[in-house]
Amino acid sequence: MHAHFLDPYRPRISPIHALDPRIKFVLAVACILTAALMPLGAWAAYLLLFAVVLSVIILSELGVRYVLGRSALAFPFVLAALPLVLTAGPPLLAELPLGPWTLQVSQDGVVRFASIAVKSWISVQAAIVLSASTSFPDLLVAMRAVRVPRLLVAIFGLMWRYLFVLADEVLRLIRARAARSGESGEPGRRVGGSLAWRARVTGGMAGNLFLRALERGDRIYLAMAARGYDGEVRHFPLPPLAGRHWFTLAGGMALLAVLLVVSLLNG
Amino acid sequence: MLASPVPMHIPDGFLSVLVALFFWAATAIVVAYALKRVNTDLGERQVPLMGVLAACIFAGQMLNFNVAAGTSGHLVGAALATIMLGPWASILIMTCVIAVQGLIFQDGGLLAMGANIFNMGIVATAVAYATYRLVARLSGGRAGGMLAAAFLSAWASIVVTSLAVGLQLALSGTSPANLAIPAMGGVHLLIGIGEGLITVGAVSFLRATRRDMLEQGTAPVRGGRGILVAGLALALALAVVSPLASADPDGLEWFAEQQHFTNRQVQSPIKLIPDYRLPGIGSEAAATIASGVVGMLIVFGAAGATAYIRRNRKNLPAH
Repeated sequence: MHAHFLDPYRPRISPIHALDPRIKFVLAVACILTAALMPLGAWAAYLLLFAVVLSVIILSELGVRYVLGRSALAFPFVLAALPLVLTAGPPLLAELPLGPWTLQVSQDGVVRFASIAVKSWISVQAAIVLSASTSFPDLLVAMRAVRVPRLLVAIFGLMWRYLFVLADEVLRLIRARAARSGESGEPGRRVGGSLAWRARVTGGMAGNLFLRALERGDRIYLAMAARGYDGEVRHFPLPPLAGRHWFTLAGGMALLAVLLVVSLLNG
Repeated sequence: MLASPVPMHIPDGFLSVLVALFFWAATAIVVAYALKRVNTDLGERQVPLMGVLAACIFAGQMLNFNVAAGTSGHLVGAALATIMLGPWASILIMTCVIAVQGLIFQDGGLLAMGANIFNMGIVATAVAYATYRLVARLSGGRAGGMLAAAFLSAWASIVVTSLAVGLQLALSGTSPANLAIPAMGGVHLLIGIGEGLITVGAVSFLRATRRDMLEQGTAPVRGGRGILVAGLALALALAVVSPLASADPDGLEWFAEQQHFTNRQVQSPIKLIPDYRLPGIGSEAAATIASGVVGMLIVFGAAGATAYIRRNRKNLPAH
């Protein structure tokens, strides 16, 4: 059992995959920022931004269904904004009787809630395209280019390298627990001990994992030291950006700026 | 499996830009300082050790246990990392975990990442550290006291973090304060128990196997008093401000209004589709439907054109 399924990177041959990771990273963040800056209820502008993102998804060859399917993952959080519908105040759109209470659906609240949901959904799609079309080492290059501290980038790199090893370790721990615990075929029959007991077993697994990780970290350090590691993180210099990269970046930024202006004028 | 049942990773779109940028700035300062502190403590061991431990906490969040009918408790890990390694290393580890969750798995947004790291990394660590140190000291180092300290610090870190999330949502005007804060806090009063129980299990396991490490991790650190005070202050401030804000949301909403300059109606000189009704169509309902149709045509037109261009490109002979 191996945990490569964790890696969301899907290699394809597409212009989006071929784009320099630095440009992609900056444009994805700019797209999310644009969505956040758009005023509430600017439906026309949301549609245009969605059209742009959808075009990028199609160009990326990732499959529209794949991206839209994954974007549904972010939906549970929308519940946090749902109360807006009922509390934003007059003018009221509808009144629903619910037992002893009356739910007052406010027009303002509906607009706000729908705007937040749509903006969030577009942002998630942009982030999915970024992570599915860029391998993690490329994302590290992008992070260095936007001046994330060097040590932090090095830690990210090491974390990614061992994430799969430790996820495998967790899967083994879970399988071992399942193997040791009896399971009843009788439906509804509880097996194992009390809640506290089950939590304690899981806690023991967490402690065990932590210990193994700590020891592995020490071994990795020794192996690195044996190969000349002296605490200094050395990277290859970033390759220079060609003219067409700058052109793509400027074009993308200009498009987003136009959409933002449209949304502000129409908001 | 990776989607967290604990709704604490704020996605993009839920924070106003000002709130998001403010927490990015605060987070950047604290994380930069934590990097420096851990570097002086660990030196060249920092990169391998922090990297592997961040991977460990990330993978450890997959460990779960059945609580009741279909729901399961799982680990967040800030308290465990704080107890084992001290506050600065924990902030760094949680930063890495949350950054990778947001960047790769869309568990939390990119613009909202500053706030997410602030809540689950900095607030959770500071509160866990303060609670653990205080309770462990009060109990005089007895075994039971240590486990109680572990439970309380894990529980408090979850609850206070959720209050911080509720407050940020209310500040951004995305969720009314009088509902968001009590709801977040209330749910996490229960979820925190799961975190507390797992942390107790882990700490008692480590106490039995590697007591030396546990003592080393919880030894007082330089600047620890500052974190202790900060953690207590954060916990108290959030515990006091949140009920106030939820009882009297007007003050908070006024503050949010001030920030929401973009929400003000801008009188527009040009209208793309005036009032979302196409001009020249009489009936209001028909006009609204028509503008919806035009909108969909724009979207599918753009998407269709992109697909068409791509197909044509593909049909070219390979060079």
